[in-house]
Amino acid sequence: MTRNKPLAGLDPAALEEFGRELDVIRDEILDDRGERDRRYILRVIRVQRTLAFAARLVMYASLAFHPWFGFAWASWPAFLSVLLLGTVGLGLAKILENMELGHNILHAQWDWMRDPEIQSNTWEWDLVCPADQWRHSHNVVHHMWTNVMGKDRDVGYGMLRVTSRQRWSAFYAMQPLSFVVMATFFEWFIAVHDLEISRILAGKRSWPEARPMLKRVGWKVGRQVLKDYVLWPALAGPFFFWILAANALANIMRNLWTFTIIFCGHFPDGVHHFSKRDIRRETRGYWYARQLLGSCNIAGGKLFHIMTGHLSHQIEHHLFPDLPSHRYPEIAPRVQEIAARYGLPYNTGSLRRQFGTTIGKVLRFALPGPSPVTA
Amino acid sequence: MARETAQTMAATERASAPPDGTARTLRTRLAGVADLFAWPLRVSHYLELVNPLWSSHLLRARVERVCDETHDARTLILRPGRGWRGHRAGQFVAVTVPIDGTRHVRTYSISSAPEHDRTSECIAITVKAVPGGRVSNHLARDLVPGAYVTLGVAQGEFVLPESRPVRPLFITAGSGVTPVMGMLRSLAARGALPDIVHIHYAPSARDVIFADELARLAQDHPRYRLHLVYTRGAGGEQSPSHHFSPQELDALCPDWQGRDGYACGPRGLLAALEEHWSGNGLARRLLVERFQAALADAPPDATGGRVRFAASGIEVDADGATCLLRVAEASGLNPAHGCRMGICHSCTATLVAGCVRDVRDNRLTSDPGTRVQICVSAAAGNCELEL
Repeated sequence: MTRNKPLAGLDPAALEEFGRELDVIRDEILDDRGERDRRYILRVIRVQRTLAFAARLVMYASLAFHPWFGFAWASWPAFLSVLLLGTVGLGLAKILENMELGHNILHAQWDWMRDPEIQSNTWEWDLVCPADQWRHSHNVVHHMWTNVMGKDRDVGYGMLRVTSRQRWSAFYAMQPLSFVVMATFFEWFIAVHDLEISRILAGKRSWPEARPMLKRVGWKVGRQVLKDYVLWPALAGPFFFWILAANALANIMRNLWTFTIIFCGHFPDGVHHFSKRDIRRETRGYWYARQLLGSCNIAGGKLFHIMTGHLSHQIEHHLFPDLPSHRYPEIAPRVQEIAARYGLPYNTGSLRRQFGTTIGKVLRFALPGPSPVTA
Repeated sequence: MARETAQTMAATERASAPPDGTARTLRTRLAGVADLFAWPLRVSHYLELVNPLWSSHLLRARVERVCDETHDARTLILRPGRGWRGHRAGQFVAVTVPIDGTRHVRTYSISSAPEHDRTSECIAITVKAVPGGRVSNHLARDLVPGAYVTLGVAQGEFVLPESRPVRPLFITAGSGVTPVMGMLRSLAARGALPDIVHIHYAPSARDVIFADELARLAQDHPRYRLHLVYTRGAGGEQSPSHHFSPQELDALCPDWQGRDGYACGPRGLLAALEEHWSGNGLARRLLVERFQAALADAPPDATGGRVRFAASGIEVDADGATCLLRVAEASGLNPAHGCRMGICHSCTATLVAGCVRDVRDNRLTSDPGTRVQICVSAAAGNCELEL
C-alpha cells in the first residue's frame, strides 16, 4: 500500500469514509433514474440510426456526381466532397454506436429499464469484436483490476510499454509505429485482444484453448465484412470500390477516435499503477481510490462528452461503471470535491494535454528505463 | 384482469419471430437478406423510427382511444402493429409499458370480440386500477391516446370450445368479467347466443364493469340470464353472506351441474368454486382463469426463504444474507459469473417470482422478469430464479 504516494498518507478509516461518500452519490443516482434517462437513451438511439441511414443515402447520392455520368454538375470535386460528407456522417454514426450506445449498454448501464432491446446480455455492436467476449475482457478483467500490473490486460494492451513498471524488451522499440497501426485498426486489435495471443506465443496458453473464441471472432468478422465490404458496395454496382473505400474510411475514422479517447483514459501523465501486493485484502474504499488514481478525464463540452460515450469522464465511469453515462457530468464536480477533500489527485485536462502526454510516454518508454519509482 | 407471471415475458419479447419449423417463404428470405444490410440490427429497427407499428422485431400497439367503464376501470382500445395474429375470445395478452423509465409487464384479458378485431383492426383491454398497483394505475389513469405499448401474442386456454355447442355458466367477480365479456361479445357477434347463465359479483352497482352492455344483452337476448350480486351492503360493510355460497348457486342456477362452468375472479372465489365443483365430482366441468401471482410479495423485513432454481429444478433454503450466487454454487450449480462484487453484470439471472434483496443497498426487487445480479442479491422470502 505504501508504494502509492497519494494513498500512503491516508489512514484506512479515512479511506473507508471516502468510499462511503462515493456510495452516497451512487445511491442517489440509482434512486433518481427514471423517465428522463429513458428518453435520453432512446433519443441517442434514434439520432444514431437516422444518421447512419442518412449517411449511407448521401454516399449513394454522391455517385450521381461521378464524372462517368457526364452530367453538367458531375465532376471529381463534387463527387468526392459529397462522398466524403456521407463518409463522415457514417463515421460519426459509428462513433455514437460504439461509444455512447455499445460501450455503455454492454456495461449494463441501461439494464434497469428492462427493455429487451437495450440489455447488456443481448446487445451486439457494429465492431468486429463480439460483444459478449468484450464484455468479459472489459467489464470483468479491466474494470475489476484497473491498472494492476500483471492483472489488467489493458495496460498497454500487450502491445505498448506505458509505464516503467513494464520491463523493457526490444519489441517495444517499434512502439511508435505499433501505436499508429493500432490506432488505425483499433477494432481488430480489440477483437484479438481476448485471445491472449502473446501468451500463446510464449507457450503459456494453447491454441485449442483459444479455438472457441477464435471461431466466434471469425463469425463476427464475417458479418461485419459482409455488410461493409460486400453488400453495401455491391448495391453501388460499378462503383463498388468507391463505396467500399468510403465504408473502410468511416470505420478507420471511428477507430482513430475511439483509440484516442480510450488511450486518454488510463495512460496520460500522472496516472497511477498498482502491484498485486497493493491490492491484497483490498477494501471497497481502496478499490474506489484505485479507480480514481488509475483513470483520467478529458475536459470538453456537452457534445464532445456524448461523442466520447462519456469516457471523457473516465474517472466517474470507473468509480460507477453501471450508472447511466449521461449522469457522469452531473456528478463529476462532487467527485472532484470529495477527492480534493481527501487529498487525492483528480486527473483531468484538455484532449491535447491528455493525448499529448500519452504520446510522450509511448515515445519515452520505447527506450529502456527509467528504473521504476518505488517510493 | 391482470396476471403476474414471468413466463409471459418470453412471449412478449420477440413476439412475432416466426415459430420454428415454418416454411421459409420468399418474403422471409428477402427479409433475411435485407437484415444483413442492417446488421447488427434488423431492418425493422429502422422502420420503427418511421412508424412503431411497422416493426417486426417487437409487436407494438398504439392506444387509439380510452373510455372509462367505472370510477376505477378503463378500457383501452389498442391498434396492434404488423405481426398481430389475432386472438380467441377469452384469451389474454401481455402488455408492456415503461413507468419512470422501467418497463413493466402485466397480462390483461382481451375484452373485445375477435369478430370485431378484424373490422376495426383494434383490440380492447379493460384495466381496473388496483389500490397501490403501479401498472394498473398507470394504464387506467395516465396512459393517453397516441401512446405506445408493447404486446405479446394472445394466449390462454380460457376459451369456448369451437367444435361443440356449449351451455355456459359464467361466474365472474370484479375485473374477472373481462374475458367473459370477450366471449359474450363474440357469441353475440355470431348472432347466436346460447343458453347462458352469468353470475357476476361486484362490491356495488357502481363497480360493475360493462354494466350497461350486460344489461342490454340480457334485455335483447332472453336466453342470456344475468345475475348481479353486490357484496357490499348499503352501509359499505363487507358481508360474507354476499359472497359465493352453494345455496345461492342452487337458487340462481339450479341446473349448474349440467353446464360448462367458466370462472374468473379473485383467488378466494376460485378456491371456493373449485372446492364445490370437485366436491360434486365435476372438477373437469369448471374452467378457471387466475390473475394472481404464485408467490406474494415478501414483506421488507423478510429474512431468507426457499429458493427455487427453475431451469435446474433445484430447491433449497437460504438465509437472508448469503448471496444467491453462493447459494446456487452450494447446491451444485455453476452459474456464469465474473467479479462477484456487483460490477460486471456477468451473473445476472431473471427473477421468476418472489423477492430478493440487493445486499449492497437493501433494495428489494420483486417484479417478475427483472434481471438481478445474483452475486450481490440475497433471498428476501421465497424466490424463484431462472437458473
